[in-house]
Amino acid sequence: MTSRSLLAAFVATGLLAGSPAVAQDSIKIAYIDPLSGPGATVGEVGLKTFQFLAEELNAKGGAAGKKFEILPFDNKTNPQESLVQVQKAVDAGARIITQGNGSSVAAALSDWVSKYNERNPGKEVLYLNYAAVDPVLTNEKCSFAHFRWDANSDIKMEALTNYMKGQKDIKKVYLINQDYSFGQAVRKAATEMLKAKRPDIQVVGDELHPLLKVTDFAPYIAKIKASGADTVITGNWSQDFALLLKAAADAGLQVNWYTYYAGGTGGPTSVKQTGLNHRVFAIQEGSANVDHAASQATEKAFREKFGVSNFYPRAFNEMRMLAAAINKANSTDPNKIAVALEDMKFDVFNGGEGFMRKDDHQFFQPMYIVSLGDLGPKEPFDEEKTGWGWRTIARLDAKDTVLPTTCKMQRPS
Amino acid sequence: MAELVLISTLNGVLYGLLLFLMASGLTLIFSMMGVLNFAHASFYMLGAFLGFQISRWAGFWWALIWAPVLVGLAGALVERFGLRNVHRHGHVAELLFTFGLAFVIEELVQIVWGKSPVDFRTPALLDFPAFTVFATNYPAYKLFMLVISIAIFVGLFVMLTKTRIGLIVQAALTHPHMVAHLGHNVPFVFMAVFGVGAALAGIAGVIAGPALVTQASMAALLGPILFVVVVVGGLGSLQGALFASLLIGLLQTFAISINLSLSDIFAGSGFTPAPNTLLGDLWRVSVAQIAPILPYVLLVLVLIFRPTGLFGNRET
Repeated sequence: MTSRSLLAAFVATGLLAGSPAVAQDSIKIAYIDPLSGPGATVGEVGLKTFQFLAEELNAKGGAAGKKFEILPFDNKTNPQESLVQVQKAVDAGARIITQGNGSSVAAALSDWVSKYNERNPGKEVLYLNYAAVDPVLTNEKCSFAHFRWDANSDIKMEALTNYMKGQKDIKKVYLINQDYSFGQAVRKAATEMLKAKRPDIQVVGDELHPLLKVTDFAPYIAKIKASGADTVITGNWSQDFALLLKAAADAGLQVNWYTYYAGGTGGPTSVKQTGLNHRVFAIQEGSANVDHAASQATEKAFREKFGVSNFYPRAFNEMRMLAAAINKANSTDPNKIAVALEDMKFDVFNGGEGFMRKDDHQFFQPMYIVSLGDLGPKEPFDEEKTGWGWRTIARLDAKDTVLPTTCKMQRPS
Repeated sequence: MAELVLISTLNGVLYGLLLFLMASGLTLIFSMMGVLNFAHASFYMLGAFLGFQISRWAGFWWALIWAPVLVGLAGALVERFGLRNVHRHGHVAELLFTFGLAFVIEELVQIVWGKSPVDFRTPALLDFPAFTVFATNYPAYKLFMLVISIAIFVGLFVMLTKTRIGLIVQAALTHPHMVAHLGHNVPFVFMAVFGVGAALAGIAGVIAGPALVTQASMAALLGPILFVVVVVGGLGSLQGALFASLLIGLLQTFAISINLSLSDIFAGSGFTPAPNTLLGDLWRVSVAQIAPILPYVLLVLVLIFRPTGLFGNRET
């Protein structure tokens, strides 16, 4: 083959790879999350989840006669890169985007979508947020085009501290969080709520570390140890959680952990290493071991297909509600979908009713405080083949998780 | 307090020695060829992944031997068939070559091992707490890393200062043409140094892999700090690299354990800027929070006040 024909072949394959071989009238959802870099571990699980969901919904005929299609875009957990990717997504014909990892990214995307919708009437974009939990996204910076399915970090901290209130053995608490909008929201909420609910608890440390950059948490663990803390609260996710717990295991740190994301990739493995049996707690919207037949069947199918556990019940709620809203509006126009989603009541993944609040587009759902450890008789699933699984410690109904909002939403006229 | 100081010192020294394992190869290559090898941290990553793979097949100890050898060979090949040709087109071309190589290696690693971290475990033989100080365990594996790093430094130092090989390498560093005229094969020396440098990074990868995380982004996380070590230590100076590595290791570790902020220092002055203003934010930032940027502050300061580096005698 001459070099020229080689080049031609190369270009041709490039063109083939570049053109999406799909029907034109599918509902394109752009998945904008890290698919490379330190955040990729969680980003890939998220992508699998959405692809699983698209298949599930398409098998039932899609919505409004159209099939769902997921277009992956890699934003490297970087706000600037996300803006490039969202533009690419819109150019590729996506009118719905979804993202979850990193509230800094979410804030940039929400801002971009609002501006884009103002400037391009009739071509609006809808932003479905499945995991970025900085409260400002449904408060000061709320937007008509933004909907959030994960409980925001204040809601989670409210639930966690309500539980901690009754734990008399908590005396000294250490806070360690990632240094960006979400981590700061966690530390602020933790400090304020603990002060109000248990003024006798002493906050002996309040740490912020760089996001997804620390490879060895040993220095931080040494500091926690020196502070004499008996309890640590952390909003860390992905490798920032796994490595933190790994360092704790190495140093033999014996404390109770109150976390947001102990269930993320690598999390359960490192929790097992610490040997802290049912002493690591997480606040989640469900778990594999919630006694609910439909979700356990899905969990089983999901694990058989991907070999990992389903970390995103919220993504199931998001996609299933999206399909319901499209059917209800009988349209794929983002503004009509948005109106259909508002105040929608929905039977959530793990059972029980949730609702999408119209005022700020925050979804409220039953929340669970779970702990990781030995499996009991009615707990069929372990995590990451550790032999340890989730146990429900407390469950809150959706109505008990409602917090007020300061959102003054600008609605399209 | 004593507990925190002791543990931080151990952690800092260990981190510093790991940096040194990589920086030693980088600084030799840099001073010899004038190439800022952007792909050096990629060899470290390659070492970790090969170590993981070989330990799956044959156990950790074989991995510790074979992974660095393979990485060293890869390094030598890169020098022989890549860098040497690019060399003719000047330093910019070399820089771009290594820059591109870093991406190529990262992509290759992602294709072979995926983007998620791999499960690289510490060998069972070393998976126990070596000793306990003030109720904090110090893992045996970390002690092992410490010992290996020190052994390599001593070996390298002896080889470079006491042997004939070292003599030629040292001479080739400063007077390559003279060494060539004396009948030595300078290109071969370059290739060997590049290979050994890559192998050292490979060793660092194998021993750091289980302790840190073996993942496709590990090169990007450690890469920038290596350049700080090389510049702060001074070009071509092994002692400089050691000193700078330890300095940065201790600096970062200790900075993390210090909660002091400007507001604490000036607590008695009665001056408190309003929160949520620029000054207010600066006022409350603790040393621990700025720990990650301290090495780069050091880099800038060294470049301004002592461009040759702490131990170097040549301009960067």
